[in-house]
Amino acid sequence: MARIIAAVCSSHVPAIGAALDNGKTEEPYWKRVFSGFEPSKKWMEKARPDVCIIVYNDHASAFSMDIVPTFALGCAAEFPPADEGWGPRPVPVVKGHPELAAHIAQSVILDEFDLTIVNKMEVDHGLTVPMNLLFGQPKEWPCPVIPLAVNVVLFPPPTAKRCFDLGKAIRKAVESYPEDLNVVIFGTGGMSHQISGPRAGLINSKFDKAFLDNLVVKPKKLTRISHVEFMREAGAEGIEMVMWLIARGALDESVTEAYRFYTVPASNTAVGHIIMENPKKPGGKKKPVLERPVKTNAAAKGDAKKTPAKKAAARKSPAKKVSLPAAAE
Amino acid sequence: MKQSKKAKVAEKEYMDIPGTTVFDQEQSRKGYGINMFCMSLMKDENRKAFRADEAAYLKAFKLTPQQTEAVLKRQWNRMLELGGNIYFTAKLGATDSLSFQQVAAIMTGSTQEQYAAMMLAGGRPVDGNRSKSEWKK
Repeated sequence: MARIIAAVCSSHVPAIGAALDNGKTEEPYWKRVFSGFEPSKKWMEKARPDVCIIVYNDHASAFSMDIVPTFALGCAAEFPPADEGWGPRPVPVVKGHPELAAHIAQSVILDEFDLTIVNKMEVDHGLTVPMNLLFGQPKEWPCPVIPLAVNVVLFPPPTAKRCFDLGKAIRKAVESYPEDLNVVIFGTGGMSHQISGPRAGLINSKFDKAFLDNLVVKPKKLTRISHVEFMREAGAEGIEMVMWLIARGALDESVTEAYRFYTVPASNTAVGHIIMENPKKPGGKKKPVLERPVKTNAAAKGDAKKTPAKKAAARKSPAKKVSLPAAAE
Repeated sequence: MKQSKKAKVAEKEYMDIPGTTVFDQEQSRKGYGINMFCMSLMKDENRKAFRADEAAYLKAFKLTPQQTEAVLKRQWNRMLELGGNIYFTAKLGATDSLSFQQVAAIMTGSTQEQYAAMMLAGGRPVDGNRSKSEWKK
């Protein structure tokens, strides 16, 4: 049986991609952002998912104004990086998992979520920036990816509740897939930001931090946030955060927070990031993330011991809040 | 009938957010030409053709005279008011070698330095920026 082992939520700011592509990661401005993802990369090395489902939004790259699907599932064998006006990002082609994607499509549609099936699609920074943040800059991506593109460009996007419920349906689909696979689901975009009009630059850290807290312990509360409230409180483009609820919906009610990072700004945006693990379950052939040996060298293993992921796992209460690292301020 | 009137009001509640044009179905209908023009700039050969003769290139996209003027004069806020969407107009920005942040700075009427400094200081606060009534004061 396949299973969802964790959700990774992260902003997908295009300027982060540009900083990576132009070798600016060591500049103090960008180091502040990238250093926050170092523990996440180590977490991912340990987690070694067999497949990632990445919920993101297309920024007028694959979908113009001709066709605007609300939920579009990438069922292709591969997804090349899109030219977003600067030439395609120098990142590897994203390999799909057509078999699992087809299974999810069938299961979720019969569960009354009318997905659009996409068999040919280029992917933009919305998908590739979070991959860089979690996987670094490898020559080939370490695992196949199923993209799920959500319309948050043309109003109205799907509601927060609809997104949360879709996450539940995706989980059901994954768990009815016969192969023994560990799946990580990504929710991307946000946090507070506005890049359009005279109100551009809006940031609401208070809203973001409450969102992160509730995402862990009271996600249902977040499903009641209206579109107007998202836009008013977190900026017109802050509405992207509905996508995080798809990832959260795919987890148990009670989860373990493995890591959290928050910093302002990256370009126009508040960068938020959180990793939540599903409770370990007996029966799976594969060991849960933190009990699996690390393949990398001893030095990396030593470092990994100090990561917040380890600390969080050591806690007895599964859904306890983790205070923000000092770097977050 | 009463109910549908109510629904319409709730639907457009977002019109009260100051300094913001929500890209809804109505804007999308008006701005189809602008957005599809911007979309065409995803191809390098089209960027080159546009740079070579902007006005001639625009003729293929059935823009209104106001939309054409807004594009040619790079009136970024006006483009959004006339139906453009930021993710599309950003492609025009990229064609001009402007980043999202540079375009955002222009839309807020500040220099890039001022805008970047505001962001580093924590961004534009939400207090005082929630409702149009707060901007009238």
